Amino acid sequence: MARKVLTVDDSKTMRDMVRFTLSGAGFDVVEAEDGVQALSVLGSTKVDLIITDINMPNMDGVTLVKEVRGGSSHRGVPILVLTTEGGDAKKADGKAAGATGWIVKPFTPDKLVQVVNKVCP
Amino acid sequence: MTGSSFNADDLAQFKQTFFDECAELLADLEERLSSLQEEAADSEALNAIFRAVHSIKAGAGAFGFSQLVQFAHRYEALLDRMRDGLVEQNERVADVLVRAGDILASFVEAAQSEQELGEDFGSEVGDEIDLLLAEIDGLESVLTSEEEQSDENSDSEGVQEDQNKSSCTYLIEFVPKAELLRHANEPLLLIRELQTLGDLQTECSLERLPTLGAMEPEDAYLSWMLTLKTDKSEEDIREVFEFVEDDCELKVSAIAAKDSGDGSLSFQIIEEVTEESEEDQATGTLKSEKPGAQSKAAETSVPETNPSDAPKKANVAAPKAKTASTPAQSSGVSSIRVDLDRVDRLVNVVGELVIAQSMQAQEAEDRQNGHEFLMNQANEDMSRIVRELQECVMAIRMQPVKSVFSRMPRLVREVSSKLNKQVRLLTEGEQTEVDKTVIEELADPLTHMIRNAIDHGIESPEEREAAGKKGTGAIKLLARHAGGNIIIQVIDNGSGINKEALLKKAISKGIVSEDAKLTDEEIEELIFAPGFSTAQAVTDVSGRGVGMDVVRRNINKLGGRISVQSVEGKGTCFTLTIPLSLAVLDGMLVAIGAEKYILPLASIVESFRPLEEQLRALAGGGEVVSMRGEYIRLIRAHHLFNVPGAVTDPCQGLVVVTETANGGKVGLLVDELIGQQQVVIKSIQENFDPVPGVSGATILGNGRVALILDIEQLKSMPVSADNWKSSSSEPLEQQEASPANGEEQRTIAPEAMTDTEGMQVPATV
Repeated sequence: MARKVLTVDDSKTMRDMVRFTLSGAGFDVVEAEDGVQALSVLGSTKVDLIITDINMPNMDGVTLVKEVRGGSSHRGVPILVLTTEGGDAKKADGKAAGATGWIVKPFTPDKLVQVVNKVCP
Repeated sequence: MTGSSFNADDLAQFKQTFFDECAELLADLEERLSSLQEEAADSEALNAIFRAVHSIKAGAGAFGFSQLVQFAHRYEALLDRMRDGLVEQNERVADVLVRAGDILASFVEAAQSEQELGEDFGSEVGDEIDLLLAEIDGLESVLTSEEEQSDENSDSEGVQEDQNKSSCTYLIEFVPKAELLRHANEPLLLIRELQTLGDLQTECSLERLPTLGAMEPEDAYLSWMLTLKTDKSEEDIREVFEFVEDDCELKVSAIAAKDSGDGSLSFQIIEEVTEESEEDQATGTLKSEKPGAQSKAAETSVPETNPSDAPKKANVAAPKAKTASTPAQSSGVSSIRVDLDRVDRLVNVVGELVIAQSMQAQEAEDRQNGHEFLMNQANEDMSRIVRELQECVMAIRMQPVKSVFSRMPRLVREVSSKLNKQVRLLTEGEQTEVDKTVIEELADPLTHMIRNAIDHGIESPEEREAAGKKGTGAIKLLARHAGGNIIIQVIDNGSGINKEALLKKAISKGIVSEDAKLTDEEIEELIFAPGFSTAQAVTDVSGRGVGMDVVRRNINKLGGRISVQSVEGKGTCFTLTIPLSLAVLDGMLVAIGAEKYILPLASIVESFRPLEEQLRALAGGGEVVSMRGEYIRLIRAHHLFNVPGAVTDPCQGLVVVTETANGGKVGLLVDELIGQQQVVIKSIQENFDPVPGVSGATILGNGRVALILDIEQLKSMPVSADNWKSSSSEPLEQQEASPANGEEQRTIAPEAMTDTEGMQVPATV
């Protein structure tokens, strides 16, 4: 069965690029526009990986990571946070909240697939 | 560089999404920034501004718009400090933010049109940001952020260039902390990844494993000693552990195999990884002497997870997406994002339409059975649904005027500060929706009108106070729906139009004759006259060679009207009335001879059949008809368009009184009114020379073409048809009596266009 990825980003450009790249790499991709939507998706869908932006309205990425780690359905799922270069503080925030790793924007499709494969068995 | 393995089509598609998104983000940004001048932004507003800039930066990075990224990066840095409460919000900061927003928009625009902006474009604002940042947290931060960026670049290049083939052996000690597993990091995956780098020997330590009772199932207890022979650098190895750096104890040390001959190994830790000879590589292979202690992890057969496999698949999938993206390829494509509700409604209505249609088809079959009632029912349903369908489709193109209105606060601030005036802008009805095309066309006229209002309308604070007004002037921009139109008003409480000065100027410019007696309304109308400008001196604000005549022309192009009311000393109000959509028109179908024409319903005031004594002929060939004491110019439509067989006696036909944009009335003589009809406007300009008096054409229910009359143009056409047909000097009566001579005249009847339009339409019924 194809691995399922949830991409959470308020930017459609980013979601599109993640979706395109990962579906090309054989993933099923589901989308959410913010943390709140993401949690609602996770309530009904089992995913193998979450890729989330940090800056989002309603619920930001760090809070989402905390919520997922504190919940029961997806607490063991790898979570990658999207950061921009120089966003060390964000990386640290994400890590502290329980993220598995991060992807630095901008990323090439290769890099994305590589990082995803790194954390998603 | 980035995005290199997306093909061009995909990239174009993503870019389109990106620019659409940018437009939305920039509009939002603009709106939020403009409210900064009113009050300091709260944390929610700051977050939203930050997110907008951040999203633009992230997307721009993906497409390699480096100028845009660099600027956004500085902008973002400042906003970030503001979010942290490190920056005091004052006028200077607000000003920098607003200007930076403009620069950002310019960068986006340049990226979209694939233009390069100069090296130092926006550097002034950029420097100001840097200055602010430096004040906030010292110069270092600016420098570091720049260094970080350049590091990042050299990093990515370094990885590619690092093809150093010489091999080295590393000893890696990997001791996960308890929480590593809770972050969903998997040592097995890390070990697999290491294996892709070279020859890996693993040794697992169970030392830390507690007794079963004390074991926390989610904690990590195993640790590993790994030996890797690879041509990669230590950084590459550390990169494997990038995500778990803080979740483990990691030691990576380079070892060299000394004494390679006898197979017994003695390790020597060396300081630097230096080039090793080929011999060393050949003999330096390490063998673990304790196979029994090999970890479970390494025993698991490790598949070749070659990261480059996946992108290959991505490329295979690409051609599929290609067809879908073709429309987005051409750079001129624009798209809109539509509320899902609207699309749902559309789908529902289409569904209903299909049902009604099948009902009708069924009924047509059963026609013999005399089920006429049902047939009528089906027809009624059908027309209701079609109407609804049309509304749905049009609603998809509808957008709130907010996107234009939100640009105005900045304009007001800029212009008023340039002119040293104090102006407050109030907006109302921003959510009023209108067709996207109309919105796009509205920006220029509104910009011009607001500039004018500040420049010519609002007085300086001193003048205002002297006149007993508040020092701060106000401009109100409001929008609302009225019928099938959107009404937009620009109201200022400035000095109003000085009619005397206006008239004097018009006379001096030769626009009106000296002895002309004009009503107040007519004088106000003069500001729309071509080449008219009341500004004493041409300022760089509104004196740009375009006047209100251009505004009026733009509005007319949209099928709209503009009018002005003004009270001297109190203020001025410009009213724009624009149809909601350019695609359809509420029309009145009229018959002139055998031809049918459409009059825009909105322009019709009333229609009546005049009595003999209501008609007056004027010297020079003109005719007027009096209506309740008001004289209205009469235009014989049949004459104008040379339609044979039409009613020529106004007392036998109908005079349709129409009102033009500026309130002037003309009466149009037609045979009869047929009925009100919503028509789809087809441009004839694309296929036919411009025809005076005609704004477009439409196809009627019976397949015939009907021309849509342009009242504004009709009005400005010469008084009588005789004058218009310059070659003809025959008296009116004679001409009418001999319609046969129409051959030598220009015939503007639908027949003339059936071929050119490419419509297979019978010329006559």
